[in-house]
Amino acid sequence: MSQHLSHLDLLEAESIYILREVAAEFARPAMLYSIGKDSSVMLRLAQKAFYPGKIPFPFLHIDTTYKFREMIEFRDANCRRLGIDLILHTNTEAIQSGANPFKLGTKRCCALLKTQALLDALKLHRIDAAIGGARRDEEKSRAKERVFSFRDAFGQWDPKNQRPELWNLYNGRVDAGQSIRVFPLSNWTETDVWRYIEREDIPVVPLYFAKKREVLVRGNLIIPLEHDFELRENEKPQQVMCRMRSLGCTYCTGAVLSEADTVSKIIAELQQFRRSERENRIIDHDQEGSMELKKREGYF
Amino acid sequence: MNSLTATTGLLRFLTAGSVDDGKSTLIGRLLWESGGVYEDQLEAVRKVSAGKNGTADLSLITDGLKAEREQAITIDVAYRYFSTPRRKFIIADTPGHDQYTRNMVTGASNADLAVLLIDARKGLLEQTRRHAYIIWLLGIRHIVLAVNKMDLVGYDQRTFTDICDVFEQSTAFMDTVKKHFVPLSALCGENIVQRSSNLGWYDGPSLLELLETVPVSQGSDSGDFRFPVQNVVRPDPDFRGYAGQIVSGKVQAGQEIIALPSGRKSRVEQILLYKQTLDEAIAPQSVVLTLQDHIDLGRGDMLVEPERMPAVANQFLADLIWMAREPMKKGVPYLIRHASQVLCCTVTEVIHGLDFQTFASHEAETLQLNAIGKVRIVTHKAMFFDAYSSNRATGSFIMVDPATNDTVGAGMVSAEDLTVHDSAPYQAAVPLPATYSTGLTVWFTGLSGAGKTTICSSVYTELLALGFRVEVLDGDVIRRKLNSDLGFSQKDRDENVRRIAFVAQLLATHGVIVLVAAISPYREVREEIRRDNPNFIEVYVNAPLEICEQRDPKGLYKRARNKEIEKFTGIDDPYQPPLVPEVECRTDREMVKASSARVVSAIQFFFASRLNKDEGQAMSCPDAGRAEIAEQSRIQSNREDCL
Repeated sequence: MSQHLSHLDLLEAESIYILREVAAEFARPAMLYSIGKDSSVMLRLAQKAFYPGKIPFPFLHIDTTYKFREMIEFRDANCRRLGIDLILHTNTEAIQSGANPFKLGTKRCCALLKTQALLDALKLHRIDAAIGGARRDEEKSRAKERVFSFRDAFGQWDPKNQRPELWNLYNGRVDAGQSIRVFPLSNWTETDVWRYIEREDIPVVPLYFAKKREVLVRGNLIIPLEHDFELRENEKPQQVMCRMRSLGCTYCTGAVLSEADTVSKIIAELQQFRRSERENRIIDHDQEGSMELKKREGYF
Repeated sequence: MNSLTATTGLLRFLTAGSVDDGKSTLIGRLLWESGGVYEDQLEAVRKVSAGKNGTADLSLITDGLKAEREQAITIDVAYRYFSTPRRKFIIADTPGHDQYTRNMVTGASNADLAVLLIDARKGLLEQTRRHAYIIWLLGIRHIVLAVNKMDLVGYDQRTFTDICDVFEQSTAFMDTVKKHFVPLSALCGENIVQRSSNLGWYDGPSLLELLETVPVSQGSDSGDFRFPVQNVVRPDPDFRGYAGQIVSGKVQAGQEIIALPSGRKSRVEQILLYKQTLDEAIAPQSVVLTLQDHIDLGRGDMLVEPERMPAVANQFLADLIWMAREPMKKGVPYLIRHASQVLCCTVTEVIHGLDFQTFASHEAETLQLNAIGKVRIVTHKAMFFDAYSSNRATGSFIMVDPATNDTVGAGMVSAEDLTVHDSAPYQAAVPLPATYSTGLTVWFTGLSGAGKTTICSSVYTELLALGFRVEVLDGDVIRRKLNSDLGFSQKDRDENVRRIAFVAQLLATHGVIVLVAAISPYREVREEIRRDNPNFIEVYVNAPLEICEQRDPKGLYKRARNKEIEKFTGIDDPYQPPLVPEVECRTDREMVKASSARVVSAIQFFFASRLNKDEGQAMSCPDAGRAEIAEQSRIQSNREDCL
């Protein structure tokens, strides 16, 4: 009997291997759960890695309180249904002192509500391995990220001094306070993720599917209106057929014009897209080399 | 982008070349022409390169990091992805500079093919030869020699064939590699995707055509079934599965397997992939296997097929690539990560180093950063492996420095000197070389709080005063550094003891007296290390549990009683006292000074009797010697009691 493994089978096998290594090598691993499509794929891979056992680590969601309502609903329903151990963390101090993207600008806001909150949560729960869904095809500095990526005691990444990573032999040794970020989806592309969602019939947040939504069109950006978004003078919301290509906070996530209301239509649409998925993420573009700077500081 | 069906194959390849060979431009071109670059990414590149000449510099697509763009060199492996209707491709774009050779090795370790770039004007450089050698050494089966910048040599056929000839000649010994040659111009986009009329004399495929059609095999793998166990899946008492990736070969339900290192045979009951039950699974699938018999099996163990066993030995030869600024040191402990296990090891010998210019070997004492050499490695217990040339997964390992946690070396087991044993249980490891017999291991065992560390420090001071070379290996310290990957299961405790014993023996090679203070609760493993080490004295530091618990210097007993710590020796995990220790110290009855004096005299007696042994008046068996030391110590102890 001869078998042929598709490239999705190969990617799946690699990711499962990585997740099992994390479970075996670390005392307190956790999976960063951002509710997006990549998180949904990671969740399925984690189920597969340990079935018929349970997923042996908790999920951690850094809630900025500026996420879409539909994301939170999806998170709660999904985790309840699957019996997932979910840890929520919010930088409540910053939010109480009035941190929001409108007041601080995206850069400061992200530093406080995401990066700082993440580092605090990792410290609070003494997490020594944080599993993230970042892919190397997403952004240029991510293209150089290791699968097991070392962070010093301050959560920082030193791109010039990464551990060599050979074959599939991952070095996860850390001293107290240091940690490893693990990226099981490193070799997946956006198309791979959607093909896998289709093949495995994985539920995702409905925001990914096209429908008429109330949005503000500002220059090239299509901004969904939630969380008392402050309109400028002469700006008016409109109903537009659109969908989200990647999910973040409401203010920082632009929609794309699209008619794709099923997974297979999304895949078909991706074949024609000539623009990258993070283009609508304002934070990536707030200064040249900005993702790399955020990563050095500890952002995922 | 082009459409892709779910059954497209996957090709992982690396690109390498010297600085300014145009590697980044070539990749930028491949991505761009196959539709792998989005318009906004290109715009971002245009924005940056605008200051220079107005047109988009395609190399900037791949040179991701800011530091690199500033220095205009590629300092780390960048991974790129693109697909054509025929295949999905993963490119590892590796650095050219020699100080980043370790990053090139990283990119090469998972590749099926290598594209080696040559500047047509410059021909072969030392750098190129180094890269070719690494590609060959890492077991890659296809090299594409891409002779770039053909536009700058007037598309001259002769220039191209001369370069190919020189390359063929100087790499003739690399007979496991298939060599392909393509003339091209990355800057002008000639022979990358489309063939070029300027290169009409060339009738081979374009680079992309070649990449799409090269046959991808499972690398060099022999096809022998190898399954390193990663985790045990045990959701309930009725189910016991072993999770892992089939790294080579295949497995069928009902097939007979052997578990290593125990040597126990069983049959595969079920092959599970999530909710599916498979009849057969092949490399590189990640599955869960259940077995027909209940055998003790855990992480680090390996399932193999009985007819095709791996080699089993505690020493072997390997090609080692050194990746740390600190040169390699012989005789110091490093950790090896191999398959799913971690072993303690040391390099005992550098057989030879390698000169990249001539590919000739030369004598070497050590390996510097980016150097490659053949070395002999000794591990603290038997390792099961294949030669790298027949199995990339079970023939490769990395070396980690336990003090810094850095990955310092990458190794490939040589086919020479492999000892293949039969399928009997695997305890018979090769003994350490004869030189391992000059110093002494003094092993202090006993409950937590019995006084091991206290007596140790006292003995340490006295021995120093007597002019001995002494080192203390404290169990708590070793657990924080060398053995931080181990827990407190019986298996991990035994492993802890074995590694400490190994390090102690290494130090003893240099004439050091090594004082080990470790609870080491299990008798069997203590007896095992004694068997392997003729220069061994066991000191039983004995105080009743109640006394230790009253002392509780680290507050651990309290925490164990409160159930904050599990498997604590003496509380909910057994302590098995030695039956015939050379020295027993009753720390509840005698002063520290008295205890340490008896240990010191036992050590002196040991060296005195070995002196006799060397002069031909040896004791017939080690146990006789042991009894004698114990007797001496007892006599002295009685004498002190009388006083």
